[in-house]
Order: sequence, then structure tokens, then C-alpha cells
Amino acid sequence: MIKKILITDENIDFLLKIEELSDQIITRCDQCGVCSGSCPLVSEMDITPSQMMRMVQLGQKEIMDSKTMWICASCYTCTVRCPRGLDPSKVAESLRQLRLRQGLDHINIKNIPKDEIEILPQIALVSAMRKFTS
Amino acid sequence: MEKSNENIKIGVYICHCGGNISEIVDVKEVASFAEKQPNVVLVRDYGHMCSEIGQQLVIDDIKGNKLDAVVIAACSPHFQGKTFMNILEVAGLSPYMFEMANIREQCAWPHFNTPSDATQKAKYLTYIAIAKARLNKPLKKKIIPVGKNVLVIGAGIAGIQASLDLGDAGFQVYLVEKEPSIGGHMAQLSRTFPTEDCAACILSPKMADVSSNPNINLFIYSEIKNIEGYLGNFKVEIEKKPRYVNVDKCIACGICEEKCPIKNVPDKFEEELKTRPAIYTPFDFAVPNKNLIDPETCLRLTKGGKVCGLCEKFCPEGAIDFNDQPEKVGFNVDTIIVATGFDIFDATQKKVYGYGKYENVITALEMERMIVHAAEGNPIRDLGTRIGFIQCVGSRDEQVGREYCSRICCMYATKLAQLLKRSDPNRDIYIFYTDLRAYGKGFEEYYKRAQDTGVKFIRGRVAEAIEDSKTKKVTLKGEDTLTRQIIESEFDTVVLSVGLGLSETSNKITDMLKLAKSPDGFLQEAHPKFRPVDTLVDGVFLAGTVQGPKDIPDTVAQASAATARAIRLMNQGGYSKDPILAFVHEELCDGCQLCIKHCPTNAIKISSGVAKVNEVMCLGCGSCIASCPRDALDLHCYTNEQLLAQIESALKEKQDGQIRILVFADDVTSYRLADNVGTAKMPYSTDSIIIRVPSSSRITPKLILQAFSLGADAILISESEEKSSPFPHSIKVIGDNVTKVKDILTQIGVDKERVQFIQFVTVMLWGFVNNINNLADFARKLGPIPIQKRTELVENVNKRLFGG
Repeated sequence: MIKKILITDENIDFLLKIEELSDQIITRCDQCGVCSGSCPLVSEMDITPSQMMRMVQLGQKEIMDSKTMWICASCYTCTVRCPRGLDPSKVAESLRQLRLRQGLDHINIKNIPKDEIEILPQIALVSAMRKFTS
Repeated sequence: MEKSNENIKIGVYICHCGGNISEIVDVKEVASFAEKQPNVVLVRDYGHMCSEIGQQLVIDDIKGNKLDAVVIAACSPHFQGKTFMNILEVAGLSPYMFEMANIREQCAWPHFNTPSDATQKAKYLTYIAIAKARLNKPLKKKIIPVGKNVLVIGAGIAGIQASLDLGDAGFQVYLVEKEPSIGGHMAQLSRTFPTEDCAACILSPKMADVSSNPNINLFIYSEIKNIEGYLGNFKVEIEKKPRYVNVDKCIACGICEEKCPIKNVPDKFEEELKTRPAIYTPFDFAVPNKNLIDPETCLRLTKGGKVCGLCEKFCPEGAIDFNDQPEKVGFNVDTIIVATGFDIFDATQKKVYGYGKYENVITALEMERMIVHAAEGNPIRDLGTRIGFIQCVGSRDEQVGREYCSRICCMYATKLAQLLKRSDPNRDIYIFYTDLRAYGKGFEEYYKRAQDTGVKFIRGRVAEAIEDSKTKKVTLKGEDTLTRQIIESEFDTVVLSVGLGLSETSNKITDMLKLAKSPDGFLQEAHPKFRPVDTLVDGVFLAGTVQGPKDIPDTVAQASAATARAIRLMNQGGYSKDPILAFVHEELCDGCQLCIKHCPTNAIKISSGVAKVNEVMCLGCGSCIASCPRDALDLHCYTNEQLLAQIESALKEKQDGQIRILVFADDVTSYRLADNVGTAKMPYSTDSIIIRVPSSSRITPKLILQAFSLGADAILISESEEKSSPFPHSIKVIGDNVTKVKDILTQIGVDKERVQFIQFVTVMLWGFVNNINNLADFARKLGPIPIQKRTELVENVNKRLFGG
């Protein structure tokens, strides 16, 4: 079913928030798709990087539920190729920050079985800690 | 300084403007005030000064009362100033002995709700005009002699069109081309969009016309070595490169080419897809269609002695001349048309597309040549069935420092795609684009025709190209942004739609003529809307892609426009110029040269130890004056003496408790803006007095400080925004001047915000009003500058400004 996009003040606030966090003029993106074509992890994403940019332009908060920002490895291939000089990886980072600040998705370390803790990379644990505190 | 104006007789006229002025301003009071002023021998007030009767009144008075100068207090000088100046000329006076007090647009109209203040202000404005008129000089318009010789640089389609237009109109054209044939890039093209005319077929008759036109002196294979001078007097030096073939004898029979043992020289005209011998003709419809020898590959010319020489031996006409030498030619021209064109973007810079590394990635210009040869039945290579076009290569891309759209690539790709598809319907052709710009006449229809032909358009910029090392096929990767799917597709041939940039040779000419560049790197026109083919150098015009990317029709239109603009200056044997020009008080000048670099047109030169102003090149902005530590530079019609007299008059009648704000307004924008505010009847502080100057860069730091010392409470320096100013350097000069003033104010303990610099456009009505009102409120809050500080401001002022 085709959903309608309603553009409200809330959408604009969301765009402005991400623009502020990322220090990018996201409205400048002309949707050429070079970021998506360049992204080494795009095949793992549910939404392409250029679509992420578009959804932020329109203030569509559904982007927060996408996997894309978590899959982004900040390799900056998109950044060095963007013909408009934008940095989509910073936008992904801003979305991650915003999500983290909501304190959602956190895990309780105590509930992780001991044998799993042994094989989990430390960085994953640190990251989990961060989710509690940011 | 001359002071011979002591006994000058001035007539003053106050216009009622049919009530427009007299219903608000008490014109009788202004008249009786004017009567009391020195040198004023006659004052009249009249209903309509601009009417025939009003005009006759002035003429009769000038003759009957032997007036030397006339002041008319009426509307804006932009409204009827020209009419009144003509009256003076009719009556036998210099039109520059005229002054206008703008008591309508800048007094009665904006101050309509405070009539008594308006009357006061009208008196000051008249008083200021009288003070200036007293110091006027009977100047004459300068007649600049301009002959009928034109240099056209570059013989691409722009230069060809301009030369033909000028030659047909009877002007002498010197057409200089660096390549061995005329024709430029257009000669390389297959067909032209959107009509698909064969480029060579429509261009070659025009090329033939050039060589047969008796008014066109063609200098082919020649380089411009130097250009000096100015409108009406440009000295041009060129060097004709040696061809080593006598063009008068050569019949281009081709025997030499057959005999030449060197066969493998990459042919530039063929975009190096083919090779040619060391002796060659540029291309098959070249003008002139004569042979020449490439000295870098010819065996005889590289090795010397008696090596080879086969061409000489076999030439049936004896045309070969190994002793040919470069030849210097000099001539004078009156105007110049720069048509030096473009270079295509160097696609090797865009490494992700592999140009120069992958053999099946080619530029669109290479594709043009391939299509030409394929159509003639001699394909250069097999292009395969799957062909992909990548758009915006070297355009709209900050990664390669080119933000602009090259304008022609969408349509040439659409054209090439159709030609390829029609010559072999089995081909699959894809154009990867970001935005498809089909803006011109017939373009959209042409785009649609391509879609009908079966060309596929994919919306997405290609991210990268990868070559299969075995098959040499190229995979393009990108996003179809419409379906949000990633595309990876293999092509036999990939065509890069390369953008345009200013050509290498243009850079050289730009430096020689001191032309300005716009941020995109192309040459800048004098005004983006109204002077699109002029440059800021008088007599130098732009035609074609040297000013920005454009297609053939636009190039031809612009070439004809440049021609018309050049003819405008040349047709009457000379053109007249306002005498508002810089001049030098030679007794004060010590030849220090500080002024030279402040002149945007290089009009100042030092000769016999003093600065001399070239009146043809001078723009009359006055921005050089502030740079002179000895007050030796000045501007006719706006001399230091006159401006000081105006400032003094504006402040003289100021009472205790009153404030006075001086507004210096550039004539192009700010003064007209003030008129527009008046016409809109928008009130602003009557404590402001507007003083008209050609550019506010004329107002030196010294004058500003003098104005403060004479009692000004605040000063607004207003100037056209850079884009709309004819003096684009003025903003920087004013900025520097104002900074200097602010520094000195701070040193002496005067609030530095008393002087403000604002850039205007003519529609900023509220901006103008608010700025003046805010400044008036600010000055009122601060109160007057203490008298002792006022004297301090002008003590050792030159020393403070220039040091030592």
C-alpha cells in the first residue's frame, strides 16, 4: 500500500536537528546516488544512503527504524565522492547519536550468559555501556 | 589649485513641480534664502522648470544676465538632469556648469509629513548645490577617437561569426587563430543537436566565407604575443608560426603525405584516435586546405642536415621550405573580441571512471570523431552493442572543483545516443544522469525523440567503473535513484560526457588584457543582465564559451551581440565620454606609484616623475584618490575642494542640539535607491543629507574625518552591492577606507560606529530607511562629538593615515 508523506513542522524540526548534529546542509543533496553506488555495505542495508538523505530532507522519522545507520562503517567513500561536498557518514552518525540519546535498545549486561560474554568483542560491551549513558 | 571662480555668476531656480514640491516645501522661503548666498545673482521660482517655458527662461537668463553657472532645485538629477544640462549647452555654457538640488525625491516626497523640516532641508540642499556650482569647471565631454579595426581572437564558430558580421558591415577584421586551420571545436563534431545537421556541412561554407571576405585579414597558425593599449588604440603583436610549406604554392595534392616516412603522429584533430604523417593538412575541409610540417616529428627539422627531405624532393610545386622562420606581425586595432573558447575537462582527473586506463572508456568528443568515421564507412573501432553514457563528468562536481553545469552535455549525449542507436538498432544505450536539462528550443522534443528511439535514461550518477581485465568490458556501478536499487551493469563502451572549462589559451589572453574571471573560472561579463558580452575593459568584448559553457546557437548569438557592441563604439569614428575622470595635481605628485595598483583598469602610469591618468581607460570611480598620501590625485566634477565645500555647507547651519548625518551615495545604486524611497513616500530622518558621488570609493578617509571635524554626527557610506556595481573593486577600497577611519576614531576616543558602510541594491527601500533612522537614533543618543576631539581628528591626518 502506498503511504502518504505528510510534511509537518515536526518533520522540519527533525531535519533541522539532524542538520545541526551533523553540521551538514542536508537540503543541498541533489540525490545523484553516488553515495549509494559507492557504499561497500549497501547490500546489507534496507535503505540506501541516498534514500536516507532524502528521508532526512523530508523529515521522515521512520529513518530512525532503519538498519542503514548502524551498518554504515564510516569508511567515508561516500564523502570523498559526493559531488555536492556533503558527508553522508556524518548524517548516519547523527542518526545514531539521536537514537542512542533516546536510551533505547539497551542491553542488560547482567542478563548476558557468561559463555557469550567470553566470546563477545570488548568493543561491543563498551558500546552497550554507552547506550546506557548517552 | 585654481581659484578663478570668485566672480562666478550663478542663477538659481526653484521648481514647484506643479505642487509636488511647493505643496510641502515653502519655495518662496528657499528662494529668499538662496538670494542671500554669495555669487548668486538671480533667483527664480517657477511651476515647471522642465517645461518648454521653464527651459526658455533659463536660456534667456543665461544669455541676458551672462550667467556662468546654473543651480536648479527640482527633481532628481536622474529624472531631468540631462534635460537641464542640454539647456546649458544650447545657451552656450558648458553642461558641467550645472548643479541640481534634489528637493523632490530626496526632500519633499519622503518628508511630506514634516513640511517645515522639509523646507529647512530644501534650503540646505540648495545651499550645498550652490557651494559646489561655485567650484565647477567648464569641462567638455571627451571625444575618444575610435577607428574601424577589430581584433578577433580565436576562429572557432564564435570568432568566425563575429568576423563575418564585422567584415560584412565594412569593418577591418584581424582574425587570429593558433591552430593551422579555422573551425575550432565545431569542426570536430558529428552532428549538431537538436536538428542533427552535419556539423562540417554547415560550418565549412562559413569557413570558406571567412577566407573570401575582403575585410577579414586571417592570421592562421599564429599566436598573440602581446596586446597593449586601450579602446581606439590597441597595439597587437602576433607571431606566425612557420609552416615550412609555402601556402601560395601548395595545392594539397597529398603526394608529400604519401612519401613522408613518419606516419604515426597522434592527430590532435582526431582526439589522437588516429595518426598522421609529419607533413599533413589539419583536416579535409580545413581553411586554408594546405599542408604544413610538424617541426617536432619531421626528420629533417629534428635532425637537420640533409636527412630525409622526401617531401621536398617529390613536391610537384616546389612548395616545401625547410628554412621557413617565425614571422612577427604588428598592427593596431580599436576594439577586441575575445573568442578563445573552451577545453574539455581532463577526464583522467576523475579517477573512478578509469579514463586513460581502461581502453573502452572514451570521452564524448572522441565518440564524435568515431561517429564521423563510422558514418563514412571507416569505423575506428568496434563500439559493441552495449554503450553507457556517464553525465556530469567534470561538471556539478565539487570533488574536481567544478560546481557549474556545462549546459551542453545532456543534449550532446542525447544526440550521440540517438545517432548510435539509429546506425545500429540492436544497440542498447543507457544514459546515466543526475538531472536532465533540456532547456533550449527544441531540446525537450529531442529528449522525447531519444526516448522514442529506445535510448534508456537512468537517474543516478555513476559511482565507479570497473574493467574486466580479460574482456576489457566495463562495469558501471551506481544507484537507480528512482527505484532505490543498485545497478551494476556491463558495457562494451563507456562514454564520458565531459564538461567544459576555460581554455588554456584564454588564460594567457586574460592576463594580457587584465580581464576578470567569475568564480566558475570563465571570463566575467561587465554586468550579468545588461552587459552580457562587455568586459570591464572598454573596447574588449566576449563571444562564445570563453564567457561560460554554451551551445552553438547561443555562441553564435553572443558573437553577433559582441559584434553589435563593438560596432556601437566604432561606427561614428569616436564616442563621447563624461569628463568625470581622475586627474593629477602634478605639483603635489612625487611619483611614489602607490596609486597605480589601486586603479582597476591600469589607467595610471608614471611619466616624467609624476602620475598620469589615461582618460580613455579611466572609469571615473575615484578609488585611486584615497591611496595618495600627498592629495595629488583628484576627480573632475567631484574634486576634494568641491566635496569639502559640500560637506561644509551641509553642516554649516546646524544648530546646537541638532544632529546631522551625512550619507555618501554612489550614483549607480544608493542614490537611485534614495530616489526610490522618496517616490514611495517613505519618511526617514530629516537630519540626513545625501551627497551624490560616482562611487563611494571616491570618499577618502581624510574627507570622512574632515566631515566629523566639521560637525557631522554620523556618516553612512553607501555603495552598490558588488554584483550590480560597475566598479566591482570599490567594495574593497571602501572597506579599507572605513577601517582606517574607524581605527583613528577609536584612537581619539570617538565611537567608531559613527561611520558605517552599507552595500545596497536599488530595491532595498526599507533597508535604506532603517539604516538612516537607526544611525540618527544612535547619533542622538551619543550626543555631539566634543569640539576638542573634532580638531584632534584632522591633526596630522595624512601622517596618521599613511604613517611616517
